[in-house]
Amino acid sequence: MASVSLSGIVKRFDRTVVVHGIDLDIADGEFVVLVGPSGCGKSTTLRMIAGLEDLTAGQIRIGERVVDRLEPKDRNIAMVFQNYAIYPHMTVRKNIAFGLRMAKLPKPEEDRRVREAAEILGLVDLLERRPSQLSGGQRQRVAIGRAMVRNPAVFLFDEPLSNLDAQLRAQMRLEIKKLHQTLGTTVVYVTHDQVEAMTLADRIVVMRDGRIEQVGAPTELYRRPASMFVARFIGSPSMNMIPGVIAEGVGAVGLDGVGTVSGLGELENASAGRRVFLGVRPDDLRVATEAGGGPLSLEARVGVIEPLGPETLVYAEVGGRELVAKADGRISLRRGDVVRLVADVDELHVFDAETEVVLRR
Amino acid sequence: MIFGFDPSRDPRKILIWTLVALGGLVMIMPFAFMISTSLKGRGEVYDLRLVPLAPTLENYTYLFRETKFVRWFLNSFSIASISTISVLFFDSLAGYVLCKYRFKGRQVVFVAILSTLMIPTEMLVIPWYVMSKNMGWLDTYWGIMFPGMITGFGVFLMKQFFETVPDALIDAARIDGLGEFRIFWEVALPLVTPALSALAIFTFLGSWTAFLWPLIVTNSSSNYTVPVGLASFSGEFSTEWNMIMTGAAVATIPTLVVFILLQKYIIRGVILSGVKG
Repeated sequence: MASVSLSGIVKRFDRTVVVHGIDLDIADGEFVVLVGPSGCGKSTTLRMIAGLEDLTAGQIRIGERVVDRLEPKDRNIAMVFQNYAIYPHMTVRKNIAFGLRMAKLPKPEEDRRVREAAEILGLVDLLERRPSQLSGGQRQRVAIGRAMVRNPAVFLFDEPLSNLDAQLRAQMRLEIKKLHQTLGTTVVYVTHDQVEAMTLADRIVVMRDGRIEQVGAPTELYRRPASMFVARFIGSPSMNMIPGVIAEGVGAVGLDGVGTVSGLGELENASAGRRVFLGVRPDDLRVATEAGGGPLSLEARVGVIEPLGPETLVYAEVGGRELVAKADGRISLRRGDVVRLVADVDELHVFDAETEVVLRR
Repeated sequence: MIFGFDPSRDPRKILIWTLVALGGLVMIMPFAFMISTSLKGRGEVYDLRLVPLAPTLENYTYLFRETKFVRWFLNSFSIASISTISVLFFDSLAGYVLCKYRFKGRQVVFVAILSTLMIPTEMLVIPWYVMSKNMGWLDTYWGIMFPGMITGFGVFLMKQFFETVPDALIDAARIDGLGEFRIFWEVALPLVTPALSALAIFTFLGSWTAFLWPLIVTNSSSNYTVPVGLASFSGEFSTEWNMIMTGAAVATIPTLVVFILLQKYIIRGVILSGVKG
């Protein structure tokens, strides 16, 4: 096991810079998820840690060692790929043992480790099969097994669940989490799926255009997004954004065509007249049927209703803009009903419209 | 779809079936005449009946005893085998590198290799000859072989096939600790065996039937390949058709063996190369 530390890493392909100087310290045993839309540089960053891509600048340490110049095999890492990348012409056993054979491990030790991994992953009966005879989930287990037997200091996962169907994805997600709890190995995990990021991570690193947007624990990112990008990316459905302008007086924002919200307290370097977005998560937006006070209380007309069972998503129109609220599953509403959408002051976020940075956490 | 149909049901299929049968007949006629002529005595050669009046094996006895046919056969066989092995190795290596590595000038190299496909053998024969003469390769096995040791077609074919090998597999092998050559040899190559089989057949048959260049580069009859040797039965004033047909009949055997051994791959390979190419 080992910590991983990235300092100022840059990656340039020809003339395009895909990673702009990333600094990140990952503690020993930590599960860190790099998340972001495609093309944000998360996979490239992972591949640089693995040694599959050279660094243009910067330094990577795994444990105490600087590994920039080391071959992937010498970095004491193991990687699981999106399309499994198990060798189609070898049996499951050979696939899992392949790296060990390359490392010239004694045969009894090799057998022991393969058996151990196969038992943990439920592959014992499949060891003599070929990959073509396995399902997607089984193939990904083989890939994980191949990574496990190497006893790496760091596990690298590159969108390992993207090729699986929804049900299997949830199941494998749980298995990966259990595996991490059992082995306690440091994990760096790349995904574009914010649900995976939220459920798996000790810490999430949100990336955008080759830069780190925010690093933090899942709930911290959810509760205290540092920018509009993070606010929209984390959480489903996305945070509602209502455009407005900072009004005169302390902590008041005039929302375009809807009214004014006050009591927001001190806003960071905000002057009256500045364009902002008021953000509120669907789960923080309550649906009330009678008029009531509160810093945010908007009259809305119900549009689409999506019952999910335990809760219901209510899409309602406010001043020509559609907002979504997550209401209790037992709520009874109909299209066209007039309701009030209410939120507490603690649950309101204010972002600068221009810089997209948060002004109020 | 042709097999297992009931002609009484669909008259269009009767037509198709007839055309296919006729086509097959046209294909097989030269072979039938080849075998038939090889079994005819000298006097009967120009009598164009399919079944010889007095079948005899004397042509075969003569071919093996009195001519250098066995030598030519071995020449052809070793040259075709060595060329095939060389082509399989170097073409797949070059194709792999062009497909899986990013380096400056990669596209230029690939286009240069492709452009060699556009130059016909007839145009290359003279520079090859001059080169062979300067290098002292005239009338040697190497002289016959060297133009076909690496082929542009094979590089192209293999490059296209290596596209089907996922990059992640190669990355996984790197992490597993394989060196670059062993990744090629142990991971990538086993995954393109259909292409290798097809390329092996194309190359072997191409080399086996090559005529123009071996004719030009060889002088002594002991260095002839089968096609050149057979051509030598055709003199200025007469042509020994029975001997040519006998030699040709024997020369067909290796191609048949190669085809039968590898046919399931060649059909797959040709289909795949159709898709990929």
